[in-house]
Amino acid sequence: MKLPDLAELAVRNLRESLLRNSLTTVGISVGVASLVAMLSLGIGLQQLASRRLMKSGLFDTVLVTSRRDLRNFGREEERGGPAPAESRTLDEPTRIEIEHLPNVLEAYPDIRFITELRYEDKPHLTTIAALPASAKSNDAFETVQGQFFSSDMAPEAILQKTFAEELLGRTPKPGVDETNVAELAAPLLGKELTMRYAQREAAQSAPSATAHDNAAAPGAESLADAAYSVVSRELKLKIVGVADLDPESMRGPTRARVFLPLKLAESLHVMQPTDLREISRAATDQPVYSSVSVRVNDPNQVRKVEDTIKKMGFNTFSILDASRSIQQFFKVLYAFLGIFGSLALVVASIGIVNTLVMAILERRREIGIMKAIGASDSDVKKLFFAEAGAMGLLGGVVGVALGWTIGQAINLGTNVYLKSQSFPPEHFWSVPWWLVAFAILFSFGVSLISGLYPAARAARLDPVQALRYE
Amino acid sequence: MSSTDRSARTSTAMIATPAIHAEQLCRHYRMGETLIRAVDGVTLSVKAGEFVALLGSSGSGKSSVLNLIAGLDRPTSGSVIVQERDLAQLSREELARYRLHTVGMVFQSFNLIASMTLAENVELPMRFAEVERGKRDSLAREALTRVGLQGRMNHRPSELSGGEQQRAALARALINRPQLLLADEPTGNLDSHTGTEIMNMVREFNQHLGMTVVMVTHERALAERYAQRLIFLADGKLVGDESNSAVNAADQAGVGGGRP
Repeated sequence: MKLPDLAELAVRNLRESLLRNSLTTVGISVGVASLVAMLSLGIGLQQLASRRLMKSGLFDTVLVTSRRDLRNFGREEERGGPAPAESRTLDEPTRIEIEHLPNVLEAYPDIRFITELRYEDKPHLTTIAALPASAKSNDAFETVQGQFFSSDMAPEAILQKTFAEELLGRTPKPGVDETNVAELAAPLLGKELTMRYAQREAAQSAPSATAHDNAAAPGAESLADAAYSVVSRELKLKIVGVADLDPESMRGPTRARVFLPLKLAESLHVMQPTDLREISRAATDQPVYSSVSVRVNDPNQVRKVEDTIKKMGFNTFSILDASRSIQQFFKVLYAFLGIFGSLALVVASIGIVNTLVMAILERRREIGIMKAIGASDSDVKKLFFAEAGAMGLLGGVVGVALGWTIGQAINLGTNVYLKSQSFPPEHFWSVPWWLVAFAILFSFGVSLISGLYPAARAARLDPVQALRYE
Repeated sequence: MSSTDRSARTSTAMIATPAIHAEQLCRHYRMGETLIRAVDGVTLSVKAGEFVALLGSSGSGKSSVLNLIAGLDRPTSGSVIVQERDLAQLSREELARYRLHTVGMVFQSFNLIASMTLAENVELPMRFAEVERGKRDSLAREALTRVGLQGRMNHRPSELSGGEQQRAALARALINRPQLLLADEPTGNLDSHTGTEIMNMVREFNQHLGMTVVMVTHERALAERYAQRLIFLADGKLVGDESNSAVNAADQAGVGGGRP
């Protein structure tokens, strides 16, 4: 029998006992819906987690350091490339070059220095780091008490919570981590800090253009050109925020206790430890960075960007392996959710077997007639298969719609709850198109498998007995 | 005595090789502890174009013989050869094709599919035979017109009288142009008037389409009116085989509907 005939007869037969077949199909729908609901919850959670991780800046950031930088010794194997002594300087033109690489969102220097901060006339020595404006959307600074910098040049500071405690003269109790950041921030916000720092000033005789050329052709410059002086300066900073960060667990820009806006920090020309080593070559206004953080638009592109930068002659560092183990975790989670979701579908498929076996008893005579007028075993078998498949397909489509609706409802419900607990809304639920396709195909497949036994049984039916039976 | 009569009858239809030949045909089955010999060593031949009646009381094995000829059942031993094919040797799939193309069947209880209209019922064997969709409609219409049901095509069997249902069943039996028409008590559920109507149609198919007809019945009178040959069965055994002189004479006279 040809496929269109088969489909037509199957649909006709299903319509004959509409109630029973509808109930069976509803059973499949519920099974598919539970599968879709479970898996889309898993996918939604994974997307939520990876969105969070993306925001943390851990997985989309590549840290670039010069190969001359001795601090990187032992951190990563040198993979070919020029020897440290001949490698390139990490200066402003290089930073711009990196920023223009494909998939790179921004490249900003890590400005970090240790200096003295005075608060209410008491000196505190601490590490200060510069934050780019993009850090505002970082997870770490999203929950800052107070606010983020008003502009990239504003003389403002954000404190890490332990530094805030230090300023207030509190000592954290060991073992107790429940610091109330809001409570810490209240007396500090809007207060003034005085930062004392050493500014590096280029000597008058060294025009910056020459200095740049010199950087490209090392060895050609005279020591006189490279001279610069160090001037002690003071800057008043307003405390605008206190961040709930653990300085030890984070890397990159957040590994400090006080933060300044990037452009402001750059304009200060603070004397950096690397300056001493670069003294012979780049002693100009043109800064040389100890490291540059590169943000990539997609964590999957990190490796590619890293390779490109390595070829340029720098060392790079990123956390790729961590994201891999997180993916592993989600694969296991999927498997579990999928198994639980499939259970309902297994129950539903038993429903299909039951319905079709019932249909065989009911249609015994009809099967006998069909055989008597020339239907082969395989015609009968295919017909029952088609009926099972049609129920599975319809159940799959309805089930996906049902699962999607349930997902939307739960999303809505959770967000109402989150809102009442004053958390920002989240998107827990995601039904990608491939899940839709998979669920429908899976339902179809399971139904066909359920149809195996009834179809074989119907095909084996003895027409003589079937026709005798009244 | 009737060999000349028979050859006269068949000469209009086909060559004289038997259309059906059963040799020591047996169909035994077990029911609990007892072995039932439904068909027990039947040997018979039916010529192409012949109209044969299988007679016997209920349980005589006549329907079982018909089912074996129809390829619905397989013999326990012996052979049934229909148009030079030994049905016992055919695979299930081949038997299905044999039933589809070579055999048309009508039953006492009509056996139309209740959920389908007459047109769909008649069309069904063509679906199995994978006849083109476009051709099926006109063929089904033609077949139903032949049995006088052109106005009832879109009715379901339950909306029709018994005679009309049996006519539709005849149309269905003919749709794939088989050479063999097997009828199992075709008038058993009909009053005598409609029964006559149906039997006239069967005879018409026999005479004008050259179909070989094997009809099972327990009514001797009916068999004597229509069949050229009467075969008697009892307890699964062949107990009599006689030519029906009245019918053969009428055939020879070329009167088709001379009987009352």
